[in-house]
Amino acid sequence: MSSILIKRGRVIDPLNNIDSVMDILVRDGKIAKAEENIADSADKVIDAEGMWVMPGLIDLHVHFREPGYENKETIATGSRAAAVGGFTTVCTMPNTNPVMDNAVLIEYTLSPKRNAVINVLPIGAITKGQLGEELADIGTMAAAGACAISEDGKSVDDPSLMKNAMRYAGMFKLPVFDHCEEIRLAKGSMNAGDRASILGLKGIGNDSEEVMVARDIILAGATGCQLHLCHMSTRGSVQLIKEGKEKGVNLTAETAPHYFTLCDEDITDYDANFKMNPPLRSKEDRDAIRQALKDNIIDVIATDHAPHHIDDKNCEFEKAANGITGLETSFALSYSELVDKGWLTPTELVEKMSCNPARILHSDKGSLGIGAAADITIADVNCEYAIDVNKMVSKAKNMPYNGRKVKGKVLYTICGGNIIVENGELTEKYR
Amino acid sequence: MYNRKDLLGLRELSADEIMTILNTAREMKARIDDPSLRDKSLEKSSIVTLFYENSTRTKMSFMLAGEYQGAIVKDLGVATSSVSKGESLIDTGVTLDQMGTNIMIIRHQLTGAAHILAKNVKASVINAGDGSNEHPTQALLDLYTIYEKKGGFEGLKVVILGDISHSRVARSNAFGLTKLGAKVTLAGPSTLVSSSMKSLGVQVSTDIPSAIRDADVVMGLRIQFERQRNMPFPNLREYSSLFGVNSSMLEYAKKDVLVMHPGPVNRGVELSTDVIDGRNSVITIQVKNGVAVRMAILKLLTECNSRI
Repeated sequence: MSSILIKRGRVIDPLNNIDSVMDILVRDGKIAKAEENIADSADKVIDAEGMWVMPGLIDLHVHFREPGYENKETIATGSRAAAVGGFTTVCTMPNTNPVMDNAVLIEYTLSPKRNAVINVLPIGAITKGQLGEELADIGTMAAAGACAISEDGKSVDDPSLMKNAMRYAGMFKLPVFDHCEEIRLAKGSMNAGDRASILGLKGIGNDSEEVMVARDIILAGATGCQLHLCHMSTRGSVQLIKEGKEKGVNLTAETAPHYFTLCDEDITDYDANFKMNPPLRSKEDRDAIRQALKDNIIDVIATDHAPHHIDDKNCEFEKAANGITGLETSFALSYSELVDKGWLTPTELVEKMSCNPARILHSDKGSLGIGAAADITIADVNCEYAIDVNKMVSKAKNMPYNGRKVKGKVLYTICGGNIIVENGELTEKYR
Repeated sequence: MYNRKDLLGLRELSADEIMTILNTAREMKARIDDPSLRDKSLEKSSIVTLFYENSTRTKMSFMLAGEYQGAIVKDLGVATSSVSKGESLIDTGVTLDQMGTNIMIIRHQLTGAAHILAKNVKASVINAGDGSNEHPTQALLDLYTIYEKKGGFEGLKVVILGDISHSRVARSNAFGLTKLGAKVTLAGPSTLVSSSMKSLGVQVSTDIPSAIRDADVVMGLRIQFERQRNMPFPNLREYSSLFGVNSSMLEYAKKDVLVMHPGPVNRGVELSTDVIDGRNSVITIQVKNGVAVRMAILKLLTECNSRI
């Protein structure tokens, strides 16, 4: 395996308390040296002057749709979109078809035949078929390589079944990734509020999320399970997470860029590229989510990358599928909205996009320490550009950000010592 | 002046555009009763109705409004069409477009359906009701009826009562009436009237007598049992006793109050029979005005689309 020397980058490596200009030498797929002025020769030299050099970004929440919905995305295309976005590890949600609820499907996802270009870690379902009736094969999925369990797309309706799942998953050190939604309170297609009133769309109140956040924090406290709350969107949830953490519950939470960059007032027409679940909330909620990131109540920025075919979006708003793509815009949106505007320090952003996700997965990734796997992301945070949906690598184009001006471009993604992305584009070998 | 391809809602119309429609409707009304006044000004137009939800008066009055002006009018029986084979709304619209349809009139159970159709076809699209959003032609005929009886809108107190949360009629009326200077109150039980409706520029009330006090117009709305998941009130007897309008309740309003209802009425629920059939009621006049307003809209859209 070849060697790579990254010269004069601003190395941001929170786990090793580093934020300074230095060189990094990669050899045999691992970090060999990290110091000033490395004189060793290397097969490849990257001049990273003025750029951020970070541990590879980790996304705890993506949908790659395989098997079942390969017209929307596949592991091959999704992992390439992830690499372009600077991600070296992603966790795929189990709402595939068939549902990812057994070891065979976990092995299917992990097979080299899926042609992933970065680390793709499957998440197993909590219940068989995500039907909420009986536990999925949680133990054998863990043995096969599942990184967590989740019912993403819905909550486990029966609280006693959820409690059992939490207890059971604890044995295998599997975190529970929790989609919080009381479906009986969520019969609508956008956030309840003035904008829904004006557009004549039925609204989904914050209570639909918060009722379930409260329930599952209580159950996690009772079982001692490791609970990770997905795509948090409301100020009430933030308060509940804060209280749960103060009580000592083993609890983390994520949000997605759309919940701190957009709000329901951005929906002016019936454009389903603004439709996702949970919906874009009020301005007050958006501001509370930003504050919660700053206060470290929310630990992780995940994308909830939800690719859809145009036919699933170019239709009646209420009928359209939920979700937007996010992998190729997440770093730029997060940098522009959070760091450039002073909400987070560079170190805090790297924690939320790499170190904290790694900790939740009990992984030794998220670090540029000597001997660590060479998963490295290099970005030019001064590069300004307009997001162009037609330049996306993902199969899907469903996003509300087309034309939005952002700062921060990922130029290199190195995974296991292989250069997957160079100058912002997939290298020939990985196209 | 009306200069749009489509009529999708009153939210986006100006007061001037609304008045253009109402003044055109005034010319049209005489033609309903006197066939000798009718012309064939739409004989080169073809009109298709696409009703994904049931309707008696809206569909029939549109079809007659077209035929009274000489247009070719066809109904796409949605239940017996390719829609039942799963054809998408856009594909259905494009198909009708290719057949030379000039105006499509759509009613659909989903909000925004008319808007997505309008974006994808060359024909003019008229929204005949989309989800819980708007029903602009109903509101326009209500506005016309008020205009005819009261002579204007400025300062009028209009109370809309009943199942507000499911009512596209209430919403379109709220948009239109407030633009024309009327003061609108939406009233009903708290489970059917959300305070977020205030964002439409209206008052919201759960106290019916005080809402009705000195009203110039009282408009009842049908309880839409077909749109309820959980009953928002215990039973009909309690509803009619607390939130229905009978003749003694109507005493709170002005002497010359107009009693209106878009129909069909649940007699004895939102309005008592003596109020429905009483001297203040203009409910049957609304139906005739509906034809006049729709004749006006078909004429104006035909003229607009030929300019575009």
